[in-house]
Order: sequence, then structure tokens, then C-alpha cells
Amino acid sequence: MILARVLGNVVATQKNSRYEGARIMLVQPVGPDGVARGASMLALDSVDSGEGDLVVVIQEGWSASTAATGKAGAAIDSAIIGVVDRIDEESAS
Amino acid sequence: MQIARVVGNVVSTIKSSGLNARKLMIIQSLDDHLQATGRPHVAIDAAGAGIGELVIWCRGKEASFPFEGSEVPTDCTIIGIIDSDEHVSSLTRRAVSGGSEGGEG
Repeated sequence: MILARVLGNVVATQKNSRYEGARIMLVQPVGPDGVARGASMLALDSVDSGEGDLVVVIQEGWSASTAATGKAGAAIDSAIIGVVDRIDEESAS
Repeated sequence: MQIARVVGNVVSTIKSSGLNARKLMIIQSLDDHLQATGRPHVAIDAAGAGIGELVIWCRGKEASFPFEGSEVPTDCTIIGIIDSDEHVSSLTRRAVSGGSEGGEG
């Protein structure tokens, strides 16, 4: 999984039926330090995350589809599966 | 999944039979500012997209799931059409355009 910042969402009326009722969020992958890493991407929300939240995103379709829609086997490759409260990091000594 | 702009289509007569009757399009992935990022891809259309439209595409094995029952070789499939450029709301885009929702520039 990766850490990401929720930037917002996108609205697509015409879409694959398995996306019905799902929120398509726009997220920016970040490191534990909160610094952006790599390109922004889309992920289905399964935990009612909101703009600005630091979240955990899974990038494997079977789990993403199950988490976001309750069933596997959809054209979904990423989903938000957790909102981060805090990160405790050991400083590399 | 990622946001992309449909920038062209591909005509191919000699191809895998699994691609028969499938529309092949050229898509350019975009970042949260709707600027091009990464290289263009060839995608199979499963949403009825047209050139110039803003779309959502899915990668990997999951990209073949919309074609359940038929073996379609794809790792990049258009699965949704975003209503308009203004229907991409992002903290970063509002910050750039002076806070007005989907402002110009």
C-alpha cells in the first residue's frame, strides 16, 4: 500500500456499472514525511475520506474492488482503505 | 486509475482476435492540474469515449474485467468519461486559479 493526500474528486456520469455509487477520489501519493512522490492518480473511496486527508491506498485490483464495492472482479485498480490519524517514525540513527 | 485526455485512435487490421470489434484509442495521462504526465498509452474503449474527452482509465489485469466472458488482451481500458474539465475538483487546482472553483488558467 502507499500513503497519499486526498486532493479532491472527479464526477463521471458515464462510467462502468461497477462504479455505481462509488466516490472517485483524486489523490497525490506522498512519503511518510508528507512530501509528494510521483504522479497524482484516482482511487475509489471506501472509508468516507475527505479533501486534505492523509490516507492509505491499495493498488491491487482484487482487494481494491472488494474494499470499494464489496465484490472482486471489477475494473478497479486502486482504493482508499484507511484514513491516517498519525505516523510515528523512528529517526534512522 | 488515472485521468487522461483521448488524443487519437488506432486503426489495426492485423491484430489479436481478442481485439476484434474493440475501439483502440491513444490517451495521454494528466496530473491534478490536467497537465500531461508520463507517456501516451493505447487503450481499449469500454465507455464510448471520443477524441478530446477527459476519461478515467484502469490498468493491469483489472482492465480486462469489463469484457467478462471474452478473452480481451488489455492492460489499459477506458472505463469512464469525466463530465467536463470542471468536474475535476482538486485543492491544487483551486489554489492555482485563485480559489474560484474550476477557474480559467
